[in-house]
Amino acid sequence: METTFTPVSAAIGGVFIGLGGLLLYLFLGRIAGISGIIAGAMGQREGRGWRLAFIVGLLVGPSVVLWFDPTFHFNSPLLSVTVIIAGLLVGLGTRWGSGCTSGHGVCGVSRMSTRSIVATVLFVGVGILVASLINAGVAYA
Amino acid sequence: MRNHLFAFIAGLLMSIGITYSQMIDPIKVKAFLDVLGNWDPTLLVVMASALITYGIGFALIRKRNKPVFAPKFHLPEKRDVDRPLVVGSVLFGAGWGLVGYCPGPAMAALLAGSLGTLGFVAAMLLGFVLAGKFPLPAGTK
Repeated sequence: METTFTPVSAAIGGVFIGLGGLLLYLFLGRIAGISGIIAGAMGQREGRGWRLAFIVGLLVGPSVVLWFDPTFHFNSPLLSVTVIIAGLLVGLGTRWGSGCTSGHGVCGVSRMSTRSIVATVLFVGVGILVASLINAGVAYA
Repeated sequence: MRNHLFAFIAGLLMSIGITYSQMIDPIKVKAFLDVLGNWDPTLLVVMASALITYGIGFALIRKRNKPVFAPKFHLPEKRDVDRPLVVGSVLFGAGWGLVGYCPGPAMAALLAGSLGTLGFVAAMLLGFVLAGKFPLPAGTK
């Protein structure tokens, strides 16, 4: 699947991701780990309100981008057994591993947490191995 | 209520960043992870930009005694690299490499995405619940 390198929108997008994380830390004192926030909203009553508000923000973000640029397009996977298995692996893995790309990869690595650095090296490394060596046969539209 | 508003804005900013940087597009993510294909380093720029932004801001916020709206900062207390961290991160990497979705982008894509996005997120939420019910025994590595 051919894509083109888009460094400018990547850098701008990265700044937004970083700023969102900073806002949560500065005002609420929380680390912006998306898997942990979603799981926390499901599992515990305490602190459910701010977690749900964060999730609503996540859900409407793409609409804001589309509102500014109606030509913006992104692909999504078609439903298959592989997609379900992958979702299950991501759900189990990020909970057992205490975080995902946001909590470990962005927040944890930038505050030099050993656990987050180990986790990030592992999930990026395994992600590269799996994506490079296995033809998952997932279709996108 | 202020908590909810700022959590919403934090989620919104992160989601705008995830979308605009095209991390929301699993084809784009897989083009980064698949190093044997037509490699696209875009995701690397997203991560680097988010890391630098968060890292600088975090260093500045660290000088504060407490967050603006909360009595204290919540930072992860675990320090050791244990088995759940390693096993979880490996499983997460495998799921990420199969489809190209990690929790943030999958959640952000939910409203505009496909049935595949919905299936992935449903399986991921099931994974969160299962991992909560069946924690991995810690033990060192």
